Amino acid sequence: MLSIKNLSVSIDDKAILSGLSLDVPTGEVHAIMGPNGAGKSTLSYTLAGKPGYQVTGGSATLDGVNLLDLDPSQRAARGVFLSFQYPLEIPGVPALTFLRTALNAQHKARGEAEVSAPDFLRLVRGKAAALRMDFDMLKRALNVGFSGGEKKRMEILQMSVLSPRLAILDETDSGLDIDALRIVSDGVNALRAPDRSMLVITHYQRLLDYIRPDRVHVLSAGRIVASGGPDLALELEREGYDKYSKVAA
Amino acid sequence: MSLARAIETGDAALLPSRRDEDWRWTDLRGLIRAVPAASPAAPAPAASGPFAALGGEELRLVNGRGPDRLTLAAGERRLVALRFVAAPDAGAHVSRIAIDLGEGADLTLLESYEGEGADYLADAELTVTLAPGARLERIVLAADAEGGVGVSRADIRLSAGASLAQTVLTTGARRQRLETWVRHPGHGATVRLDGVYRLAGRRHADITTVVTHEGTDGTTDQLVKGVADDQARGVFQGRIVVSPGADRTEARMGHHALILSDRAEIDGKPELEIYADDVACAHGNTVGALDDEALFYAAQRGIPEPEARAMLTAAFLGEVLDRIVHEGARDIARDWLAETLGAPRP
Ligand SMILES: Nc1ncnc2c1ncn2[C@@H]1O[C@H](COP(=O)(O)OP(=O)(O)O)[C@@H](O)[C@H]1O
Ligand SMILES: [Mg+2]
Repeated sequence: MLSIKNLSVSIDDKAILSGLSLDVPTGEVHAIMGPNGAGKSTLSYTLAGKPGYQVTGGSATLDGVNLLDLDPSQRAARGVFLSFQYPLEIPGVPALTFLRTALNAQHKARGEAEVSAPDFLRLVRGKAAALRMDFDMLKRALNVGFSGGEKKRMEILQMSVLSPRLAILDETDSGLDIDALRIVSDGVNALRAPDRSMLVITHYQRLLDYIRPDRVHVLSAGRIVASGGPDLALELEREGYDKYSKVAA
Repeated sequence: MSLARAIETGDAALLPSRRDEDWRWTDLRGLIRAVPAASPAAPAPAASGPFAALGGEELRLVNGRGPDRLTLAAGERRLVALRFVAAPDAGAHVSRIAIDLGEGADLTLLESYEGEGADYLADAELTVTLAPGARLERIVLAADAEGGVGVSRADIRLSAGASLAQTVLTTGARRQRLETWVRHPGHGATVRLDGVYRLAGRRHADITTVVTHEGTDGTTDQLVKGVADDQARGVFQGRIVVSPGADRTEARMGHHALILSDRAEIDGKPELEIYADDVACAHGNTVGALDDEALFYAAQRGIPEPEARAMLTAAFLGEVLDRIVHEGARDIARDWLAETLGAPRP
């Protein structure tokens, strides 16, 4: 279970998150919605441990372990996965090499055995096929020259191979056409599991037609200002975020 | 200002120094107070050379002693490992070899500098000629000792239609310089002059090249990449001269380096001197740092920072190795890089 209590975060001494609290029980999928600039990406980067995001108060624990004490690769080995809003391009490193290095680094950090090359290829082939990705694309440098949609698919592929305890999806729907959205959503839904929590961040309700959340939270001006069932997303779609901007102000 | 003369006369005052414009970043005079005693004759090295796995014949110059000539007849095709070895008891020595390729000959030259001694001063001079249509792929792996001082100078003269493809790989030394001078006749001759340096500790490497285009329609393509960590220093001096009348020359030169520590230093001097018409020349020279965003992305996937740095550095430098034509040599170069970085092999 992910438990965030009173989290405050600054960037360059400017407060972005101020007293954010949120629980995502194991096995549940929660959505975070909010206007642009509300702090959604700041929350995901802070949970992942990006340098420059100064935590000025509060805590964030995963299964009782304070994530904020760990460096980013240790958090990943503990099961934190962030699907980036803007995935990075890594010139010169084939996607397969990158992913195998990541998987084995996590195994090593957890004291588990290394995954052999044949086992790894079998695993990735299966996952890539499910996401309808051309396997040859994985031999190319990671994300270099990929379209926005291909990059997002590559994020979901990495997530399914790394099999995290907590998956944070930051605007995974942006840049996807309707077919790609369906494929990516199917991929995410296939990863719903009793031992996994998911935090699905989106600006639009559209994604939530495909990935049905257990709970929906509204993030505005650095805090959770409302929480509810899936219907809350529909209400936001109809009425916009204005009402919550005022609450926060 | 000649290293060979300084070694042969034992006169340190003759060493190249900061006052020689071309040596200002690789000062030997200021470093070496007295020229070490002449290297004694030494037995063949016990260890095999870095290219041993590729087979082929082997020429060894140990402490400056060995064959002084390699000749390929017209049309002949050979793979030769040329090993310059500074033995454990090496002092100062000069090695000289002449390499001549007959018309249409094809040589893959696997050249290594192997420093087994502690504080030697070694100079190597290669004089290479390529007859019309000859082809030379030269892969140089400079594995000098940390305390060694090594200089190598190759003077390469091409004839029309000949081709030279060169890749220099080095981890530097106490002070090290790898020079290549090319006389380029144009007329369908092609030259590629690549290099990779990966420096740590207090090591120093200097890759200096001078290409003189003397005829029309010649091409030169150069890509040198390097990284300097700790207090290491990398030097690249690349000069391409397009002589009067060498019209329609095409020359491209790129030097790109990463500085991985505040105390490391990179000096780059790309120079194009153009005295001809209708010439297409371009050069780029960049020095930067590893991309923090990419490091965070890798860390988010579970790759710890040291491993991520090694992986990204290997990827940065690997672009140069991909241009090596000989497949076996390319594999050895990749292994060398992975080993010097402690990176996973791509
Ligand atoms: N690197 C940064 N430096 C300074 N301000 C930033 C930085 N990143 C985000 N911000 C600011 O923090 C606020 C929240 O941004 P972000 O978390 O990206 O919002 P969202 O993802 O909800 O659109 C915005 O006002 C944005 O301008
Ligand atoms: Mg965002």
